[in-house]
Amino acid sequence: MKLRFWSLLPARLTGALLLGIPLAVIIAYSLLTRGDYGGVEQPWTLDNWARLADPLYLAIVWRSVWIAGVATLLCAAAGFPVALFIVRSGRWRNVWLQLVLLPFWTSFLIRTYAWIFILRDTGLVNTALTSLGLIHKPLPLLYNDGAVLAGLVYNYLPFFVLPLYATLEKLDTALPEAAADLGATPWRTLRRVTIPLSLPGIIAGSVLVFVPCLGAYLTPDLLGGGKTVMIGNLVQNQFTSARDWPFGSAVSMAVLMLSALSLAAFLRHRTARELL
Amino acid sequence: MTQVLELRDIVKDYPGHRAVDGVSLALERGKLYSLLGPSGCGKTTTLRLVGGFELPTSGEVWLNGELVNSVPPHRRNVSTVFQNYALFPHLTALENVEFGLRERRQPNARAQAMEALDRVQLKARAGNRPAQLSGGEKQRVALARSLVLQPDLLLLDEPLAALDPNLRRHMRAELKELQRATGITFLLITHDREEALSMSDQVTVMNRGRIEQSGTPQQLYRSPATRFVAEFLGSVNWFGAVGVRPEHTSVTRARSADSARAGAVTSLLFLGNSLQVHARLTDGTAVISDLPAGTELAEGETVWIDWNRTDEMRVR
Repeated sequence: MKLRFWSLLPARLTGALLLGIPLAVIIAYSLLTRGDYGGVEQPWTLDNWARLADPLYLAIVWRSVWIAGVATLLCAAAGFPVALFIVRSGRWRNVWLQLVLLPFWTSFLIRTYAWIFILRDTGLVNTALTSLGLIHKPLPLLYNDGAVLAGLVYNYLPFFVLPLYATLEKLDTALPEAAADLGATPWRTLRRVTIPLSLPGIIAGSVLVFVPCLGAYLTPDLLGGGKTVMIGNLVQNQFTSARDWPFGSAVSMAVLMLSALSLAAFLRHRTARELL
Repeated sequence: MTQVLELRDIVKDYPGHRAVDGVSLALERGKLYSLLGPSGCGKTTTLRLVGGFELPTSGEVWLNGELVNSVPPHRRNVSTVFQNYALFPHLTALENVEFGLRERRQPNARAQAMEALDRVQLKARAGNRPAQLSGGEKQRVALARSLVLQPDLLLLDEPLAALDPNLRRHMRAELKELQRATGITFLLITHDREEALSMSDQVTVMNRGRIEQSGTPQQLYRSPATRFVAEFLGSVNWFGAVGVRPEHTSVTRARSADSARAGAVTSLLFLGNSLQVHARLTDGTAVISDLPAGTELAEGETVWIDWNRTDEMRVR
C-alpha cells in the first residue's frame, strides 16, 4: 500500500502541477472581471458565464461543432478506404504507413499555410484550371468554410487512419473469407462484416479528429479569412485584441466541457476505450 | 452421374515453393472424403483452391461438371467450415446461421436458421454470441451455418483439431451421422490418421504437394502403396521391403512355426487394453508387437516372433 502511494506520487504531482493548477487558475479568471489594460481584477462575478448564453456566441459554438463534425465525416470517408488499402497491401504496409505520417515531418503551421498557396486566386488549383482553359475567372476557393475543412481534414486524416488501421489489422482474416464463402459479395462483406467489426477503430479515430477540430483556431484563422469564426478563434481574440481574459477563460472552459462531453459520449463503447 | 468435384492436374506455386504439385482428384456425390497428410503437404492449399480462396497456377477445378477456376467463393456452391470456425463475433449464433440465407434473400431465413440450429441441438443457444459458446458449440454453429445453405460440397478444415480429445471422439461419430443424414458430400482435411480412417468412405494421403495414394481406409491400411503411406497410417515393422503391422505379429515362448524368428524381449508397455512388446531379433532388427493385455511375458525372455504371409505389405 505504501509503495503504491509513493510510486504514484510523481505522476500525481505532475498532474496537479501541470493540469490541476492551470485549470484552477482559468476557472478563477473566468469568475473575475477584466482589467482596463488586460489582466484580471476583483470583483468576482458570474457575468462572463452569463455572456456565453448570448445567441452570437452560441452561434459560434454551433458552427464549431458543425465544422468539426463535417471534418470528422470527411476524414472517415477518406480514411476508411486508406486504412483498408494499407491493411491489404501485404509487404508494403510499413511503406504506406510511413507515407501517411510523412506530413508530420513538417510543422502544422507550414502545412496549413501551404493550403493558401494551393487555394488562392493565383494559387495552384486556379492556375492549373485556367491554363487548361476550364475556367476564365479564378474560383474563390480560399477564405471560406470549405478551405477550413480542407485544412482540417488534411491535417487530421492520419489521426483517423492510424487507430482504424490498428483495429483492421487485428481482424481475423478468415472472417471476410467466411462471408464470401456464405455468398456475400465483396461490397456486402464490407457492409455486414468488416465495417461493424471495425467500429472501435472508427470511434477512436472520430474522437481523435473531432475533439481537436472543435478547438481549432489556427486553421480557421489562416484559411477562413476571419469569416469562419470558431470557438478557438473567439478564445484567441479575448486574450489578444479584446483583452478580456475573464471572458476568454469562460469560453475556454466551455470548450473544455464540450470536448469532455463528446469524449464521454464516444467512449461509451468499451472496445474504443481500450483502443484509445 | 456427374462428379461433385474434379481436380485436374492442379499446381499451386508460391514464391519459392510449390505447394501443390499436380493433384488430380474426383469426388462422388454423397460420400465422406478425407485428405490426410502431415503439415505442409498441400492439403490446406488444395482445400482453399476448391473453395475459391486461391487461384491455381495451372490445372482445372470442376464443380458439378462446370469449370470454376475463375469463379469467386461467393458464387460457388461450396461451403467451408474453417479451422477456428470463423464465426462472426458481432452476431448471435442464430444470426450467424442466417447469414448465408440472408445473402440469398431467402424469405423465411430466420425459421430455417432456427431449424438448422435445432438439428445440431443448439436451439437453446440461439441468442448467444460466439464468445459465450464452448469450442464444441462453436463448431456446431459453424456446421449449421454452412449446411443450411445445402451446398453441393462441404469443406472442413481440420474440424476436430481445436476440440479436446474426449469431445473429438464423440464428434467423429456425429459428423459422420450428419453427413449421412444430409447426404451432402463432405471433404475434410486432417493430419490425424485415426480421424481419417474412422470417418471416411475414402481417404487420400498427400505428401509434399502430391497424392501418395487414394482408397478406402481398409485398402490404405492393409495395402499401402508406399512406405510413407504405410508409416503414416500406423506403426510398421520393416523386414527389408516387407512390412508387418504390430497387431499382426505373434510373440510366443515356444517356436510356433518354421517361419518364426528368434529374439529377446527388450521392454513391455502396458497400454490398458493391450500390451506393447518391444523385442530385438537375433539379427538385430527391432520389432514392435501389439498383443492382448493379458499376455504373459517377461523382459529379457527369449521369444519367437511370427506373422501370416497374407498380412505382409510390400511397398514401392
